Amino acid sequence: MQVTRDFSHYVKDAGAGLSHIDLAVEGVSCAGCMSKIERGLSAMPDVTLARVNLTDRRVALEWKQGALDPARFIDRLAELGYKAYPYETAGAEAVEAEQSRFLLRCLGVAAFATMNVMMLSIPVWSGNVSDMIPEQRDFFHWLSALIALPAAAYAGQPFFRSAWSALRTGNVNMDVPISIGVILALGMSVVETFNHAEHAYFDAAIMLLTFLLVGRFLDQSMRRRTRAVAGNLAALKAETATKFVGADEISEVPVAAIDPGDIVLLRPGERCAVDGTVIEGRSEIDQSLITGETRHVAAEQGTAVYAGSLNMTGTLRVRVSAASEGTLLAEITRLLDNALQARSRYVRLADRASRLYAPVVHATALLTILGWVLVGASWHDAIVIGVAVLIITCPCALGLAIPTVQTVASGAMFRAGVLLNSGDSIERLAEVDHIIFDKTGTLTLPDLEVVNASGIPEDVFKLAGQLALASHHPVAAAVARASNAKAPLAGAVEEPGQGVRATLDGKELRLGRPSFCAAEQLASDSRDLDPEASIVAFTDGEKSYVFCVRQGLRPDAQATISALGLRNIKVEILSGDREPAVRAAARALGVSDWRAGVTPADKIARIEELKAQGIKVMMVGDGLNDAPSLAAAHVSMSPISAAHLSQATADLVFLGKPLAPVVAAIDFSRKALLLMRQNLWLAIGYNVLAVPIAISGVVTPLIAAAAMSGSSILVMVNALRARRVTDRRS
Amino acid sequence: MEVLVYLVPLALGLGLIGLLGFLWSLKSGQYDDLEGAAWRAIADDEPPREVAPTVEAKPSTVRPA
Repeated sequence: MQVTRDFSHYVKDAGAGLSHIDLAVEGVSCAGCMSKIERGLSAMPDVTLARVNLTDRRVALEWKQGALDPARFIDRLAELGYKAYPYETAGAEAVEAEQSRFLLRCLGVAAFATMNVMMLSIPVWSGNVSDMIPEQRDFFHWLSALIALPAAAYAGQPFFRSAWSALRTGNVNMDVPISIGVILALGMSVVETFNHAEHAYFDAAIMLLTFLLVGRFLDQSMRRRTRAVAGNLAALKAETATKFVGADEISEVPVAAIDPGDIVLLRPGERCAVDGTVIEGRSEIDQSLITGETRHVAAEQGTAVYAGSLNMTGTLRVRVSAASEGTLLAEITRLLDNALQARSRYVRLADRASRLYAPVVHATALLTILGWVLVGASWHDAIVIGVAVLIITCPCALGLAIPTVQTVASGAMFRAGVLLNSGDSIERLAEVDHIIFDKTGTLTLPDLEVVNASGIPEDVFKLAGQLALASHHPVAAAVARASNAKAPLAGAVEEPGQGVRATLDGKELRLGRPSFCAAEQLASDSRDLDPEASIVAFTDGEKSYVFCVRQGLRPDAQATISALGLRNIKVEILSGDREPAVRAAARALGVSDWRAGVTPADKIARIEELKAQGIKVMMVGDGLNDAPSLAAAHVSMSPISAAHLSQATADLVFLGKPLAPVVAAIDFSRKALLLMRQNLWLAIGYNVLAVPIAISGVVTPLIAAAAMSGSSILVMVNALRARRVTDRRS
Repeated sequence: MEVLVYLVPLALGLGLIGLLGFLWSLKSGQYDDLEGAAWRAIADDEPPREVAPTVEAKPSTVRPA
């Protein structure tokens, strides 16, 4: 099939007479691929830059303006064995990339300052017990201040900002005690240096920032990587639409280049890539990806169609509408907004911990000061000891306890085929004890398949497949796919609304409606057996056969459901599809709890009902109609084939055909939550040991530094255990 | 101990050069692809006058993600 592809939307002007394009590439995983692609593309004339980014799985290309059509790069990559498609950096990803660079800059500044302040601190520590003269010590302290103060002011920004925004809304997060600790430590150290004191805590404050920034950066880069992969997958779907560029002139353009008001052509067998309204034509459309309903719907002038609808029979002209014009979409958007508001009330484990932690620590410091004053210490000494308590308890380990586990666990999930959309979803996923599955597209695969293939002779199947290649009808396409037929039959004619026919060796072959192939009796028998399947008949002039085509269950759906049972998770199916279809799927999977014909509002009502009983519900769904319930559930998951809105709403997205990532995600998140709790206890245990030393006033900067790095390393090492889960099935 | 007067600024100056180098490398995009950079270090140099289509990647032990 030769279509003109117009990628000009993605081409950027790189200046100096060069054009630039970014391509997402599938299957780049090693150094070999990297050099193969780079050499293969650089060998093309006029290409000035071809550079693979192995982290993001993308290629950046530059070439002399006007010398090459970007489509040629994609063909070249296809020759090399890689599927590629132009990629456009979405807003959210650009923000993440900028943030990650900022964190790295902060980390660089903090690490530089830590090393140099340490270089000055260690002589002071050893000099204090040997022969350092006070003037030298003061000199080193002043130099430390000179380095630490500006460095902390810069590198502390991520914490200060977050603490400030939390305080302004009347909340406390982990960054509040961190910021207070750092600022007080630095402030006290400056005052102490003025007074020619023996101890200053510049090194502790800046080291704390360095450790925490390492945690933040790792967390951020994992999230960025996940987002990049999700972005690539979206790009590699290569969604295009046939747009009318003139009255009768059409052009195949990427969906990103389509604006509301444009008119697109939707041919039989094509999946609609935009939301819009039919303005001309008549057809049947399969809306199962949107509503979960597998029965086909008639489409005519005025019918609203949504991205993901599959056009079955006729050609349609569709006027693209703005995002929320459609009635279904408007309703779903309204439900979604309500649900998302409720969602934001969830308080993360780290914030819950800091809500307890901050008051306790600050009260302890205050009591220490008052206590020392009561037993006769000067205010100055008492305050110095009080601040030392704050420095010792400064939540270095506590601040790392959760992000490090999150980073390691999300990396492990990433390898298991699960992408995380939101940072706190691991915690919420770990608490799940009830899962609601949508049926269509979630338990079943979105592609049609032939379910009775084993009952049909191989040569007949092959022949039917060859004949089916001549038709655009999705059901025929499924037959062709299942038969692995490659060569279409010569002279095949499609009779619209009936089927295809061809003549081979004097025999007339027909594939299509049962009436077209004189196989009504056979078809009605099959329909009794499997009322949900679309029936397509085939005759070679003598004998007739029927193919039952339907969306098949995911290959491991049943194993996954029983694995969930082993983990004491209840499973329920709520589907927008008709009762017989849902019943058949539920029976095949051994799920006793199911409801059919459920509207989006009903799904939310059911989730609320379960929530009211204190049950933590996970929703797994893909349709547009599932988006509100995905947001309403405690945590939610979507397959990568889901409607855009659903995918954006879900906390987690899983890749590929198997359903197993659902179980893997639960296992990893449970392990991660366990380790987060463990890490919090480790951090608290460390404080319990260290605080008495601080209260007694014998803490030196050396003890503070050793305790801080020791506890940080301990929680980081413990977090590494989130990489593996023990398989309970074995 | 007068040695400190120039040794300490010298040490700090060297550290500062390191920091500036880091910031420069960050700005020039050297941290955009940490994984690829690791592999590039051990990749073979580009052979001269190689005909592109015949370049075949060696089978790798790295599993595709």
